[in-house]
Amino acid sequence: MSTFYFIAFLSIFFSLLVIFAKNPVHSVLYLILTFFTFTIHYILLNAQFLAVVNFIVYMGAIMVLFLFVMMLLNLNKETEPGKHYLAKLAGVIAGGCLLVTLVGSLKAYKVSAPVVLQDPGLGLVKNLGKVLFSEFLLPFEISSVLLLSAMVGAVLLAKKEPKATA
Amino acid sequence: MELLDIGIKFILIVVIFLISLVVAMYSTYAERKLAAFFQDRVGPNRAGPGGMFQPLADGMKMFMKEEIIPTQASGLLFIVGPSLAIMTACIGSAVIPWGQAITIGSRVIPLQVTDINVGILYIFGVVSLGVYGIMIGGWASNNKYSLLGAIRAASQNISYEISMGLSIIALLMVTGTLSLKEITEQQHGWHWNILRQPLGFIIFIVCAFAETNRSPFDLPECETELVGGYHTEYSSMKLGFYLFAEYINMFISSAVMATLYWGGYNYPGMDWMAAHVGPIIAPLIGVAVMFAKVFAFIFFFMWVRWTIPRFRYDQLMNLGWKTLIPLAILNIVLTGLFITFL
Amino acid sequence: MEPLSNKRKVLDFKPLNLLERSYLPEIAKGLTITMKHFFKKDVTIRYPEQKREFSENFRGQHSLKRDEDGKERCTACGLCALSCPAEAITMTAAERQPGEENLYREEKYAAVYEINMLRCIFCGLCEEACPKEAIYLDGDIVPTDFLRKDFIYGKDKLVEPPLNK
Repeated sequence: MSTFYFIAFLSIFFSLLVIFAKNPVHSVLYLILTFFTFTIHYILLNAQFLAVVNFIVYMGAIMVLFLFVMMLLNLNKETEPGKHYLAKLAGVIAGGCLLVTLVGSLKAYKVSAPVVLQDPGLGLVKNLGKVLFSEFLLPFEISSVLLLSAMVGAVLLAKKEPKATA
Repeated sequence: MELLDIGIKFILIVVIFLISLVVAMYSTYAERKLAAFFQDRVGPNRAGPGGMFQPLADGMKMFMKEEIIPTQASGLLFIVGPSLAIMTACIGSAVIPWGQAITIGSRVIPLQVTDINVGILYIFGVVSLGVYGIMIGGWASNNKYSLLGAIRAASQNISYEISMGLSIIALLMVTGTLSLKEITEQQHGWHWNILRQPLGFIIFIVCAFAETNRSPFDLPECETELVGGYHTEYSSMKLGFYLFAEYINMFISSAVMATLYWGGYNYPGMDWMAAHVGPIIAPLIGVAVMFAKVFAFIFFFMWVRWTIPRFRYDQLMNLGWKTLIPLAILNIVLTGLFITFL
Repeated sequence: MEPLSNKRKVLDFKPLNLLERSYLPEIAKGLTITMKHFFKKDVTIRYPEQKREFSENFRGQHSLKRDEDGKERCTACGLCALSCPAEAITMTAAERQPGEENLYREEKYAAVYEINMLRCIFCGLCEEACPKEAIYLDGDIVPTDFLRKDFIYGKDKLVEPPLNK
């Protein structure tokens, strides 16, 4: 349990650093660390497959691309766009909404009985695969279609415009 | 007894770690020596008999060199880069089964640090993490050549990870497990996976070359275009770590290839051996076979390096995205048909 | 137009077929070539232990010769210094004393004879200018050193060792 609290503390700590870091590249690096703590959370929940997939997909692929773009953009103080007052207003409203939600959820806070897994091997590849391909087959396939459409969209965006004469 | 088990594990980890380091060290020597042989030269031959102590001399030199951190570099990240590179290179060896379990009396000692049931994915994760060492180091150097090298490394690794993963998926369809130990045990004797997945192996080895940044895909450190690549600003042992990480990566990826496709510690006639030389010697012969395969792959890495010129960057991307990924998907389809109809 | 010479070669580039585009046969070919070299004898001459033979007209370090009786041939005429384009040679002449006949052939000899090896260009003009056949550039490669002063070679390094009788 203490491991959980320690890791949870680290998650929150690093996610705060993501926001407070001045340099966007540092921000991304803190985000990677945050994801790493998530991986540890998954392992603590005995969900090995999810942990490794989170590790590979989020830390290994998506964040590399994030970092890649950040490095190429070379963001710094000089290139920072001026903050319009409307943007500031939107920020204040969004922040207020978040605060209201947080307060609301804290009011509803009560200690629940600890969840006990019926099957401790639920997170292993074999069981996960069986569940995904029987009970949740339809959502699974629909999400794959969603990914496919995203991929097609990306290819279309990346393709050069056909010439006017052609 | 619990303590003894932990002790044995600890010894195993230390031994594997040391072996990786020594192999990486002597890979530098082997690389120079082999390069010489391929070019009708002699190679390093001054330090010790036949130059045997050259790696030690090189290591000493690396330690003695002045440590330079550029003033404009991002201090902490500049150190994190090489540390991360060598760390990720080293932890990959944890899930590789080096041999069958040795039985001494009633005690069974497995020659594998840990057998997690997502072994392949773990290796994959470690490989994908490896690129951070290069990226962070390249960015923190605050040098355009380093940055370009880092960005090349990142895009190259991501591109080739996809086809590598797809080629592994075809392998998993055949084996039906993610655990490296089970995969090895399935290849008992001569039932090696290369016989069932020849195309997958070719895709995998090409991707392995790209993932370890070895020639002909060593674009991130392409001297002719990028001065030194991502480690332009590095000196002393931090540079040593980057160079070392490359060789450890090569060792680990050779071990992975041997395990996944070439039967790991299995060899024809191992049952006869096990029956005749006893339960201690037979696994050790298996370990020797495993290492022979690994060294053969390392030799192949070097052989290719001194044969094929470096790819151009667009050729690299074309090969990755337009050739290897379709091929890997084709391989998956073929494997599926094969499983269904045969 | 008629081609001026018949050396022009018309190249036709056929599109590569599938096997050629897969690179693999060509890579295999390249690998066999490097493998052949792997087993070839190396051509290196391991220098300090092994030396390549010099050509006949090689010009190395100078040596001041002795005649068949072991006397120094040089008579300090200064023609070598005069002919030297790099002005590398200096010498001081001295008169032969009675009793030194077995050391020097002529009545005059070089008491000091110095060649600055940093200036010398090994052209061999001193060799040609010498009327007494006393200087030849028939030595080895001049070794390296750390200090400039150590490159000024005196008689101790230049004169041939005495004949053993």
